[in-house]
Amino acid sequence: MTGAAEFLGFTLVPMLIGTLAAMACAVPGVFLLLRRQALLGDAISHTVLPGIVVAFLLTGRIATLPMLLGAAGAAIVAVLLIQLLVRAGRVEPGTAMGTVFSAMFAAGVLLLERTDTAGVHLDVRHALMGSLESLVWLEAEGWHSLFDPDALSTLPPEFGRMALAALVIGAWAALFWRALAISPFDAGFAAVLGLPVGAIGLGLTLAAALAAVAAFDAVGSILVIAMFVCPPAAARLMTERLGAMLGWSLVFAAASAILGFLLAGYGPLWLGFPSSVSAAGMIATVSGLILGLAALLGPARGA
Amino acid sequence: MVSAVSPDRQSGPAALGLRGLTAGYGAEPAIEGIDAAFPAGTMSAIVGPNGAGKSTLIKTIIGALKPVAGQVEVFGQPLARSRDRLAYVPQRASVDWDFPTRVIDVVTMGLWRDLGLFGRVRARHRTRAMECLGLVSMADFADRQIGQLSGGQQQRVFLARALAQGADLYLLDEPFAGVDAATEAAIIAVLHRLRAEGRTLVAVHHDLSTVAAYFDRVLILNRRKVTEGPVAQAFTEAALARAYGGRLHGLSAMVPAAAE
Amino acid sequence: MLGQALALGLGYNATLVTLGAAGLGFAAGMTGTFLVLRGRALLGDAIGHATLPGIVAAFLVMVALGADGRALPGLMLGAALSAALGVWVMGWVTRRTRLGEDAAIGAVLSVFFGAGVVLLTVVQSLPAGRGAGLETMLLGATASMLRQEAYLILAGAAVASLAALALGRTMLWTAFDPAFAQAAGIPVRRVDRAATALALAVTVIGLKVVGLILIVALLIVPAAAARFWTDRGGHVAALAGLFGALSGYLGAAISATAPALPTGPIVVLVAVAIFALSLVFAPRRGMLSRAARARGAA
Repeated sequence: MTGAAEFLGFTLVPMLIGTLAAMACAVPGVFLLLRRQALLGDAISHTVLPGIVVAFLLTGRIATLPMLLGAAGAAIVAVLLIQLLVRAGRVEPGTAMGTVFSAMFAAGVLLLERTDTAGVHLDVRHALMGSLESLVWLEAEGWHSLFDPDALSTLPPEFGRMALAALVIGAWAALFWRALAISPFDAGFAAVLGLPVGAIGLGLTLAAALAAVAAFDAVGSILVIAMFVCPPAAARLMTERLGAMLGWSLVFAAASAILGFLLAGYGPLWLGFPSSVSAAGMIATVSGLILGLAALLGPARGA
Repeated sequence: MVSAVSPDRQSGPAALGLRGLTAGYGAEPAIEGIDAAFPAGTMSAIVGPNGAGKSTLIKTIIGALKPVAGQVEVFGQPLARSRDRLAYVPQRASVDWDFPTRVIDVVTMGLWRDLGLFGRVRARHRTRAMECLGLVSMADFADRQIGQLSGGQQQRVFLARALAQGADLYLLDEPFAGVDAATEAAIIAVLHRLRAEGRTLVAVHHDLSTVAAYFDRVLILNRRKVTEGPVAQAFTEAALARAYGGRLHGLSAMVPAAAE
Repeated sequence: MLGQALALGLGYNATLVTLGAAGLGFAAGMTGTFLVLRGRALLGDAIGHATLPGIVAAFLVMVALGADGRALPGLMLGAALSAALGVWVMGWVTRRTRLGEDAAIGAVLSVFFGAGVVLLTVVQSLPAGRGAGLETMLLGATASMLRQEAYLILAGAAVASLAALALGRTMLWTAFDPAFAQAAGIPVRRVDRAATALALAVTVIGLKVVGLILIVALLIVPAAAARFWTDRGGHVAALAGLFGALSGYLGAAISATAPALPTGPIVVLVAVAIFALSLVFAPRRGMLSRAARARGAA
């Protein structure tokens, strides 16, 4: 395989998937952060797993639409259960979230363990840590493959999924920009509680679920949280203006993904070790380092 | 029962002294350069418009907030050395009323000094707590969970807790906010009885129309001190106009006719 | 086989493990009560995830020193140090920046976990088999627990429970009204740190039983369930301990009949079942009771 083909197929494609995942998560992440609902991202990413497993059980395969419906369904079930606990059970919102998402995640893990998923790379290890390194484009033969429809059709399905999700989320954010921009300031009781109520809350929850399920393949359940929180948080420390904050989030997300992926793949080699380390883990770590730098130096960081 | 404090009001250090107190978050302090003295055995109101820094002042006095500058002295001593002489009654809204605790348990918190970290709650503690509940007419509610109480009842339980501390200086943050008339009368009766025993009371108060009737002294503030002193001298239309920026209607109705 | 497991009839080791899980559940339930009542339930999630880099680092250090990398005390120490660092970072972020506690929790949770995952993949590239077993700390695996490990867990759970009992009243009062506590002279900051340290201790003790990802559930779900049954703070903590112990006990027993499954999810689902029953059936605060009262009033 030529150098270009190897770069294209083994580095560029998975790196792009990771970058799209990070950027797709950063968008709803910005609004979650501003509404002080960062932990909703925590909850949603835990509920994605059972959603996907149920979708697999019902359809027998891993395909975009069932996964998406499964994850969206799970997110909605979770939100409904949390509301039930808070309203009818008078449970404190953080406790309600923790209870619901732990229960759903535990159920998802057990279902997954008992399900025969040989043949699709869905197992607990991947659910937790993702498998970005393995989302390669084997059929790439060189830069000309980018213009070859046959070769393009062998791109990993996760690529198309991620691109589509990123597009949808971008369109959603553009469409509902004004409403999203003022939503952190609505002083409703539920908003103060951090519960996602109302059309905006629901839309945000679904957008986050979409990003989480699309990114699931790349980085797994838990590291999605890093993508929801760290780039937007770092961006928050850079500027007061919403538009600029979104811009910074996307930049930081992309930087985390690119740097993280490269460090994971090549870092060990540079240090003299043979194998690469987890790309997803490294991306999360880099996003944390960027947040750390922003916390120390960001112009808008003041408490 | 509760023991009386020395009746010597005029000499000796003020129960509460503030010197050049500056505190608050952010670039601009919420209160600046506050100098005030609250003599022992008096009952004072702290009044001012919204955002005047009244809450910040109270928080600084009880030590929940570190001042940027200035000092707080309780009976001539720094706060750290005289905490046992101070009792704080917070705003009702500051507490989660769904918390699993009963009325009697809340009042027992006032006996913390006696109990210490590990001491067991004994019969004498319960007796004392029930006494204090009796003083605010809440003895029948001892075993109720606090969320089952009305606003006025909750306020009285807070007061009973402060009574259990047996302090000499009482700091109250809006004790009459959101309570019914009967509770207000009951609370004022307890506070006046404390004053009669020689104790000192300082309350952040929101209702200007009752300042003259309830309190001996007043501190009017709006970030800085506007004025302080006995109600007859300090609680004037002019002072209120300075503090409230002329935004308040019917100022003359608040002020007793004698002061002009 | 389940019957035997429940009756502690599967042999000394299995019995010890089940009791260890029950002990952990008790300590977690009691300790978690204070987190829940203070409204900081999800702090437990961050603490749990923040242990991962420390665990793997401890493994690597022990291996480098020629010892058995999987010695539980060493791993627990690494976990504790790393989680303590995570707690410190969370405090720093909330104090020094405008970010809220939710963002601090989310950031520490995911970044520390990510770093831990990186280290895990380093371990996996080491000579075969040495890293096996570390991943059981993610979701718990009582089936592979050694006798000494069960002793350690029981001892740790006992110490944590005693500490919670001793400090319980002070932690309750501080949770209820921190402003009053501060004014009265209770060292609120130190009490908060003690409560966090207890949660951290329980997390570290529970690594092999329920794992770091789900320990948060064992901290908060029994307490949430207990709240439905009583209005007295001390009783909530005691009942939470009981529910936690029951979850640990049943979960470990069921897990013994299915050794290929991770223990954590099983224990959590038992705890959630107890919670659901409490939510629906508890007198006065349960949903059925409320509905009956509402209809009666109508």
